Amino acid sequence: MSMELELDLPVYEWAATEKQLWLMRQLNALTRLHHEHCLPYQRLLDSQRVALEVQAREDLYPLAVRLFKHNRLQSIADEDVFRVLTSSGTTSQQLSRIYLDKLTASLQSRALVRIMQSWLGRERLPMLIIDHPGVITDRQQFSARGAGIQGMLIFGRQPVYALHEDLSPNWDVLDAFFDKWRGKPVLCFGFTFMVWQLIQALQLQQKTLPFNEGVLIHSGGWKKLQDLAVDNPTFKNAVAQTLGVHRVHNFYGMVEQVGSVFVECEQGHLHTPVFADVVIRDIVNGHVLGVGQTGVIEVLSALPRSYPGHALLTEDRGTLLGEDDCPCGRKGRYFSVNGRIPRAELRGCSDTVEPKMAGHIPSVLPIPQRNG
Amino acid sequence: MTLEQLFAESLGVAVDLVHDDLTYQSIPQWDSTAHMLLIARMEDEFGVMLDTDDIIDMSSVAKARQILAKYDVQC
Repeated sequence: MSMELELDLPVYEWAATEKQLWLMRQLNALTRLHHEHCLPYQRLLDSQRVALEVQAREDLYPLAVRLFKHNRLQSIADEDVFRVLTSSGTTSQQLSRIYLDKLTASLQSRALVRIMQSWLGRERLPMLIIDHPGVITDRQQFSARGAGIQGMLIFGRQPVYALHEDLSPNWDVLDAFFDKWRGKPVLCFGFTFMVWQLIQALQLQQKTLPFNEGVLIHSGGWKKLQDLAVDNPTFKNAVAQTLGVHRVHNFYGMVEQVGSVFVECEQGHLHTPVFADVVIRDIVNGHVLGVGQTGVIEVLSALPRSYPGHALLTEDRGTLLGEDDCPCGRKGRYFSVNGRIPRAELRGCSDTVEPKMAGHIPSVLPIPQRNG
Repeated sequence: MTLEQLFAESLGVAVDLVHDDLTYQSIPQWDSTAHMLLIARMEDEFGVMLDTDDIIDMSSVAKARQILAKYDVQC
């Protein structure tokens, strides 16, 4: 395949027929590429008699994300490894490791730019980062959070950090920022839980900020907020009341597929961009589920060139909401995320089918065999 | 200030290391963090507002010169 990838495509305009024609060509080519260059992946696919060329997204063979914890899965020579991304996830202490070459890293940032431009425009706005500055300057702890902020910096200008090291609000910074940009469009970005911390502090102080032209982008999962019984409407309401921001977009993404992010529209639905897709599967038997059904989220992405991560089974639960017919007008599948899959269930599904395979990949979620 | 000087100061490298063919990520000093500092410095120095496409396209010193020329900055 051509190693380059055309990313200058309309992000949310292609309906299923057009999108699938393009995307399946990319994904099939990636299956071949990784089958050829990543030996453990090749062994796994061969042992499962997986077809390298499939017609539909449901027929791709997804790797469980935890395989990246126990195996060095890369499709490039060691000397071409440019950056290693790590993520702990929640199911074990073991870190996932994602090996990037320069090409994949570049595709990731360019894809993220294409996606975010369609929500924010090309112009960079004054930026308030809802976190503390140590999260990106402390290289010892350059975490997924730090990397996420680093990746978003490109969309803002003159970034300032809203929190102190102890996560309390830095009122000096906040006041100066709002004085300077009052009534102007600004970009706020932070991890969902950090944003919630700030909102609570504002509520406690009965402080409101005059931020009506702002947009808030946030990410990082709802688990902590669900524990506090805060759902998305509650969150958005509180953001509007304290920060004054009415344009609020959550996004869902993972370290195993950086650049492929699913951004929440005005209707509260997460949208698949042209170079990514989702499939929802039954947690127990791996069967493909339809609109309105909830199961484990499988994510597809045309970006991963340096590691076999173009079809991945996450550890998140989601609901497929529809395809090409969201009232917001964007095409493509849209869905919601409903939290993590409980550990017991995850263990359950990996124990049910243990592929008798060569190599050292322990298990994948069972995928029903199809004829032909 | 010349473009070469600006690059040298922003990246913390000797000015004779900066030439048109120097590319992003080809030296450890020009990483993604330094890239954003470089952009901020250019905006201050030349009084321009670069958009996200400019940042992602600025893959070499020569490319930086081209992008700045778009904003009538000759350097």
